[in-house]
Amino acid sequence: MISHQEVKHIAKLARLGLNEDDFDAFQKDITDILNYFDLLKEVDASRIDPSFSVIEKYPNVLRKDEEKPQLIETTNKLVEAAPEEKDRYIKVKTILK
Amino acid sequence: MELYELTISQAHKGLINREFSCLDLTKAYLERIEREDKRISAYITITEDLAVSQAKKADELISSGREVDVLTGIPLAVKDNILVSGVKNTCASKILENYLAPYDAAVIKKLKNKGAVILGKTNMDEFAMGASCENSAFFPTKNPHNIDYVPGGSSGGSAASVAANLSCYALGSDTGGSIRQPASFCGIVGLKPTYGAVSRYGLVAFASSLDQIGPLTKTAEDAKIVFKAIKGKDEMDSTSLDCSDDYRFNVLDFKIGIPKEYFIKGIEPDVEKIVKDAIGRFESLGFKIEEVSLPHTKYVIPTYYLINTSEASANLARYDGIKYGLSRNDRDDLIDVYLRTRGEGFGREVKRRIMLGTFALSSGYYDAYYLKAQKVRTLIKQDFERAFEKVDFILSPTSPTPAFKIKEKVTDPLSMYLCDVFTAPVNLAGLPSISIPIGFSNELPVGLQLTAKPFKEDIILEAAQFYQKNE
Repeated sequence: MISHQEVKHIAKLARLGLNEDDFDAFQKDITDILNYFDLLKEVDASRIDPSFSVIEKYPNVLRKDEEKPQLIETTNKLVEAAPEEKDRYIKVKTILK
Repeated sequence: MELYELTISQAHKGLINREFSCLDLTKAYLERIEREDKRISAYITITEDLAVSQAKKADELISSGREVDVLTGIPLAVKDNILVSGVKNTCASKILENYLAPYDAAVIKKLKNKGAVILGKTNMDEFAMGASCENSAFFPTKNPHNIDYVPGGSSGGSAASVAANLSCYALGSDTGGSIRQPASFCGIVGLKPTYGAVSRYGLVAFASSLDQIGPLTKTAEDAKIVFKAIKGKDEMDSTSLDCSDDYRFNVLDFKIGIPKEYFIKGIEPDVEKIVKDAIGRFESLGFKIEEVSLPHTKYVIPTYYLINTSEASANLARYDGIKYGLSRNDRDDLIDVYLRTRGEGFGREVKRRIMLGTFALSSGYYDAYYLKAQKVRTLIKQDFERAFEKVDFILSPTSPTPAFKIKEKVTDPLSMYLCDVFTAPVNLAGLPSISIPIGFSNELPVGLQLTAKPFKEDIILEAAQFYQKNE
């Protein structure tokens, strides 16, 4: 069983603002699901490589480190999508106080 | 026959023979949506002005006498996680409720260049997380065959729109079955292409090692038409590749594999019977059939959900209330903006998956959960590789049950996850797979899944078409 404290810790790592009811519900759900996932413990995969990429023939895709021209309209749209902007910069809250 | 009942190839013939115009066809759909979508709720946004202007352009092209593409003037619906420039792209989430797409996804650009007509954006489980469309933050979509039942998910709106003749075809995305399972529940065709066959530029990322875009259509012939139009390498998606499509073979030379682990338990008896009848039909058409083994099948769901939630927790970190989307930023505290925006903006299932994924990636648990899952994924992939040494494609049920009732599984996340047992292994191995309708259980459709080696879409598309022609 995952502890209440652990659920709070995960929520903090995930930057999710949850209330006490949520913590209780997720404590139960996550415990149930992780218990089921324990099925994987039966598999001996100690000498198996992980499959981070599924298709072997993928070549590395490289490009030159150079600026690509972008339509000004596209850039404007991206900046306008931000909740707060100032002089075509996206405004962020104070980070260092 | 009504215009909205036509397949892509039938509608194309009608257009080039001037039996009706693109505007007639488009209006037939728009009027039907106006009348019928109150009952089905397939669409989140209807793009009537865009559709009418695209239809007029397509009509001009056709009347100019120039050769046109088979998709010119054909109306489609687009899942609400694939960007259409200037149109709202919500992902059925409150966090993106008012987000306007700043550009076209690669697939949309390709279809627009062919003169496609976009009718609107379809409902889905929030951020494509779900198997019933009930996780939409706005409203559930209903199954057109019986509105007390779910249409499947996550591309439930796209599947319902095609099944209810509210679009001629639709685009969806498939991370663990999200095209094939709703296609199966709604009695239509759904193709999940090979990982990398279709560019994902402009698809909202969910689990990046699994996600693919594909078509939902009335027939396998239509699925082939749409797949050919959207596939190929795109420099904006470094995982995309060009793939072969010779389609020059005798389909009856292909050998079919039936995984013995898929018919042991958990399948509804009716579904098992209908699937076995369809397998018998393939045999009587002249295909050779043999048993294959996928011994790691019982580990598919934990493996899939560990990878899915881990990747989702990383991908969804971008919804921070700063760059775009919902923002709760009235207090001058950065962490507070994150916590409140994400706490209010995400629905329950999305939060649950972010929590699970964050846990699986967290210090002390990474090796036991995430890394272990990636290793078992290798074993699942190798199961398929061994099977494909003996056979050319594999037949299985798409889903262990037909559509279930609305609210039947919504309080039990684990039972919802188990719906993906036949579809998710295909994504873990990156394979192409198609679901086709093969019958009904209590008036609800049942689907058959055909799966092939990477980049062998042509095999399953031809086999599915052959089956449908000889049905």
